[in-house]
Amino acid sequence: MITLSHYLMLSGVLFVLSVAGIFINRKNVILLLMCIELMLLAVNMNFVAFSRFSGDLAGQVFVFFILTVAAAEAAIGLAILVILFRGKGSINVEDLDVMKG
Amino acid sequence: MQGIYLTIVLAPLVAAVIVGLFGRQVGRTGAHTLTIAGVGGAFLLSLWVLKVHALDGAAPFNATLYTWGVVDGLRLEVGFLVDNLTALMMCVVTFVSLMVHIYTIGYMHEDDGYQRFFSYISLFTFAMLMLVMANNFLQLFFGWEAVGLVSYLLIGFWYTRPSAVFANMKAFLVNRVGDFGFLLGIAAILQYTGSLDYREVFAAAPTLQGQTLSVLPGASWSVLTVICLLLFVGAMGKSAQMPLHVWLPDSMEGPTPISALIHAATMVTAGIFMVARMSPLYELSETALNTILLIGSATAFFMGLLGIVQTDIKRVVAYSTLSQLGYMTVALGVSAYSAAVFHLMTHAFFKALLFLAAGSVIIAMHHEQDMRRMGGLWRYLPITYITCLIGALALIGFPGFSGFFSKDALIEAVAESHLPGAGIAHAAVLSGVFITAFYTFRLIFLVFHGPERFREAAGDSHAAHADHDAHDHHGVHEPHESPWVVTLPLILLAIPSIIIGAFTIEPMLFGDFFRGVIQVSHAHDVLGEMAEHFHGPWAFLLHGFQGPAVYLAFAGVASAAYVYLINPAVADFFAHRFALGRVVNWILLHKYGFDALYIQGFAAFGRGLGRYFWQRGDVDLIDGRLVNGTAQRVVAWAAKGRTLQSGYLYHYAFAMLIGLTAMLGWMLFIR
Amino acid sequence: MFQLVLFYAFSAVLIGAALAVITARNPVHSVLFLVLAFFTSAALWLLIEAEFLAIVLVLVYVGAVMVLFLFVVMMIDVDLAALREGFNRSLPLGMGVVLLIVLELSVVLGGSGFSGKGGPVPLPEGGSNIRALGEVMYTQYVYPFEIASVILLLAIVAAIALTLRRRPGRLVQNPGLQAKVRPEDRLRILKMPSETRD
Repeated sequence: MITLSHYLMLSGVLFVLSVAGIFINRKNVILLLMCIELMLLAVNMNFVAFSRFSGDLAGQVFVFFILTVAAAEAAIGLAILVILFRGKGSINVEDLDVMKG
Repeated sequence: MQGIYLTIVLAPLVAAVIVGLFGRQVGRTGAHTLTIAGVGGAFLLSLWVLKVHALDGAAPFNATLYTWGVVDGLRLEVGFLVDNLTALMMCVVTFVSLMVHIYTIGYMHEDDGYQRFFSYISLFTFAMLMLVMANNFLQLFFGWEAVGLVSYLLIGFWYTRPSAVFANMKAFLVNRVGDFGFLLGIAAILQYTGSLDYREVFAAAPTLQGQTLSVLPGASWSVLTVICLLLFVGAMGKSAQMPLHVWLPDSMEGPTPISALIHAATMVTAGIFMVARMSPLYELSETALNTILLIGSATAFFMGLLGIVQTDIKRVVAYSTLSQLGYMTVALGVSAYSAAVFHLMTHAFFKALLFLAAGSVIIAMHHEQDMRRMGGLWRYLPITYITCLIGALALIGFPGFSGFFSKDALIEAVAESHLPGAGIAHAAVLSGVFITAFYTFRLIFLVFHGPERFREAAGDSHAAHADHDAHDHHGVHEPHESPWVVTLPLILLAIPSIIIGAFTIEPMLFGDFFRGVIQVSHAHDVLGEMAEHFHGPWAFLLHGFQGPAVYLAFAGVASAAYVYLINPAVADFFAHRFALGRVVNWILLHKYGFDALYIQGFAAFGRGLGRYFWQRGDVDLIDGRLVNGTAQRVVAWAAKGRTLQSGYLYHYAFAMLIGLTAMLGWMLFIR
Repeated sequence: MFQLVLFYAFSAVLIGAALAVITARNPVHSVLFLVLAFFTSAALWLLIEAEFLAIVLVLVYVGAVMVLFLFVVMMIDVDLAALREGFNRSLPLGMGVVLLIVLELSVVLGGSGFSGKGGPVPLPEGGSNIRALGEVMYTQYVYPFEIASVILLLAIVAAIALTLRRRPGRLVQNPGLQAKVRPEDRLRILKMPSETRD
C-alpha cells in the first residue's frame, strides 16, 4: 500500500540531492540549471502526491503551471547561457562576475 | 517739520545710494555734484532747524515716524528727537561734512575710487545724522554701528595696502569690544525699564536708583552704575578713550578727508554726544561719573604725550584728537555736559581744519607725510599756513579763539568739581594744555618753518614712495598751494574756529540753551557755580589771564620754538643722551605698550585659541572624525559589505539555500 | 503490494539517476540521467493515477526541455577540467546544509500527520484524471491558463531576441526587392546614329 509519506520521503531525498548538487557543481551553470530542474521535480512530486492523496485537483493544476514556468525559465536560461558562452567562451561561473559590487 | 527732518536725513542717503550704485553712470562730476547737493541741502535745512529751535524757541520734536516691529510688547521704532542738542550736532555734522565733501574734490581727484569715496562719506553723513537724531536706543545703536561700518570701509579705502587693511581690521575689532559693552548696556536698560525710548527710560531712571543686581555671586552693584559704565564702554570704543584708543592713530591710514570728518570732528565725538544725551542717567551714578573722569584725564594726558614723538603729520593730529576727546570726557565726568558739547563743537571746527590743512600739506608734498622731510613751507602754502596756524591757536586755547573758551571753561569746571578724582583730573588737564601747545607748535614749526628739508629728502623719499606717486620722475619740484576746492573749506572752517567760541559760550554754558535737554543734579552743577561769576565773554577772556592755563599754553609754544627752531639739539639730548630720557622716549615710541599687549597678547591669544579649535575641533574632530570619519567608516563597511556581492552565481544560490534552511529551522525549532 | 514493489523500484532508479546527475563527470551524461529521472518520476506519478501530469512531464520536459538542454550542452564546448576544479572545496558546507535540511525534513515528515494511512483518493466511476483536470483548467483556472500561454510566448520571444545576432558584412539576397525590379531599373536604351561604311 503506497502512502503519502512514501512520496514525501522520496521527494525529500530528491530535494536534498538537488541541493547537494548545487553545492557540488557550483561552477557549471548548466549543471546548476539541471539541479534546479531536479529541485522543481521534487516539489512537483510533493504537489502531485498531496493532490492525489487529499483529492484536491488544485495541486495538479499548480504543477501544470509550474511546468509551464519551468519550461519558460529553462528556455530563457539556456538562451542566456548561449550568449554568455558566445561572448566569453566559457560557462565557468567564476568568469561570470560582472555583477559584483 | 517732520518732512524737513526726514529730508535732512534722507538727502545724503539718496545721494550715497545713487553715487554708490551708479557711480559709473553719473561720473566724477555727477558724483560730487549729487553728494554735495545732498549734504549741502541737509546743512541748510539743519541751520534752519537750529534757528527754529534755538532762536525761536520751538518745543523739542519727539515723535515716532515708523514702527519697524513689535516684539512681545517691545516696540522697535524709528523716530526723531530734535532739541537744541540735536540741532547743534546736526549743524556741526552737516557743516563739517559739507566742507569735507568740497575738499575731497581736490584731494581725491587723482584717485580711481572717487565715486566710491563720495558715496561713503555721504553715507556716513546719513548714519551720523541717524545717530544724533535718534529718540530711542535701537536707532542710536543703528547709527552707532553704521558710522562704525563706514569708518571701517573708509579706513580701508585703499584696500590694496596691507597697512590699511590691518588698520581697518584693528578699528573694527577694537570697536567691537566697545560695542559689546554698549549692547549690554542697552540690554540692561531694556531689562530694567522695559523700554528703549529715551523719554520713557529717563522717566524711569530715578526709580532704578536704589536697585542692585549681582552679576558675580556675592557682589551686588547698583543697576544704574552698571548701565552707565556699560554704555560708557561703548563710548570708550567709539570715542577712543584709553584703553580702547589704539584704533584711532592707525585709522590715519585712510584718506585725509575722512580723518578730518570721521576720526576728528564727528564720529569719534559720538561717545561724548551719547553720554551728554544720557545725562539724566549719568547724573544718578557718581561712581560712573568718577570712572569717566579718570579715564578721560588719563586719555587727555597720556595721549597728548604721545603726540610729541610722532613724526607723521597726521598721527600728531590724531593723538591730539585723542587728547582732546579726553578733555571732553573729563568734562562729562564732572557733569559739565554743556562744556563737553561746547568743546565738541569748537573742536569739530578746528580739528577738521587742522586735518584738512595737514591734507593740503600732504597734497603739496605729493603724499609725503613725514614731518622730518618738510619745513619752511609757509612760503609756498600761504593759505594753508595761515589757516593751519589759526587751527593750532584754537587748539592750544590762545585767548580769543574758540578753543580758548571751550577749554578754559572746561578746566574751570574741573577745578570747581567736588568729585574724588577731580584733583588728579585738574592736574592732568592743566599739564595737558602745555603738552598740547608743545606738540601743536612742534608740528607748525617742523612743517612750515625751519630749513626746507624736503629738498635733500626728495630723492630717496620719492624712491620709497614710487608706487604711490606718479610724479617721481620730476625730481625736486616746488611745493605749490592747493586748488581752491581745498583752500575754500580751510577758510570756511577757519572762521568758526576763531569766532564761534565767543558767540556761543554764554548761551551754551550759562544760558538755557540746553535747558530740558541736559539734566544736572544740583550737587554736581559746576557750571551753575561758574555762572555766578560769569559776566560775558570779554570778562571771561580777561579772567583767563588770571589762571595758569594760558601761561602754560604760551610756555608750550615757547618751548616748542626753542626746541625745534632755535636749538634742535635739545630734542636729541632729551631723547637719547641720558637714561631717563631714553626710557621715556622708548615708552612713548612704543605707545605705552598697548599695541604690543593687544596684538601680541589678546590678538595672539585669540589666534592661538582659534588655531587650536581649528586644528583640534574643526580639522580633527569635525572634519576628521565626524565628516570624513563617517565617510571612511561607510567606505570601510561598504568595502566589507560589497564582498557579499561577489557576482558569483553560486554565492547567491548558497545564500538562498542557507537562508531557506535557517528559516525552516526557525519555524520548526524555535517558533 | 505489487504497487509498493514498483514504487520502491522506481524510487531506487530515481534516486540513483539523481545521484548520477549531480556527480557525473560529463554534462551530457548528466542530462541523460536527468531524462531518466524524469521518466521514472512520470512512472511514479502514474502509480498514483496522475496520468495527465505524467504524460506532460514526459512530453514537455523530456521531449522539449531536456532536448534543449542536451542541444546546448553539446553545442557548447565545455572545459570540463576547469569546471570540476574545486569540486571538494565547498563539500563540507554543502554537506552541512544538506544534513540540516535532512534533519528538518525528517522532523516535518516524522512528527506530523503526513504519514497518512490511506491510499490515493479513488477517481469517480467512469471519470479520468485528464477529464477532471480539463474541467477545472478551462473553467476555474482559465485566466491563469491564458497567462501561462502568454508566459510561454514571452519565453519564446525572449529566447529568440537574446540569441539573435546580426553580423555586419553578410551577403544576403532580398527576394522582395528582387521581385520588385523593373526593366527600366536595369536596362537603358540609347539612340545613336548608325555607322556608315564608306
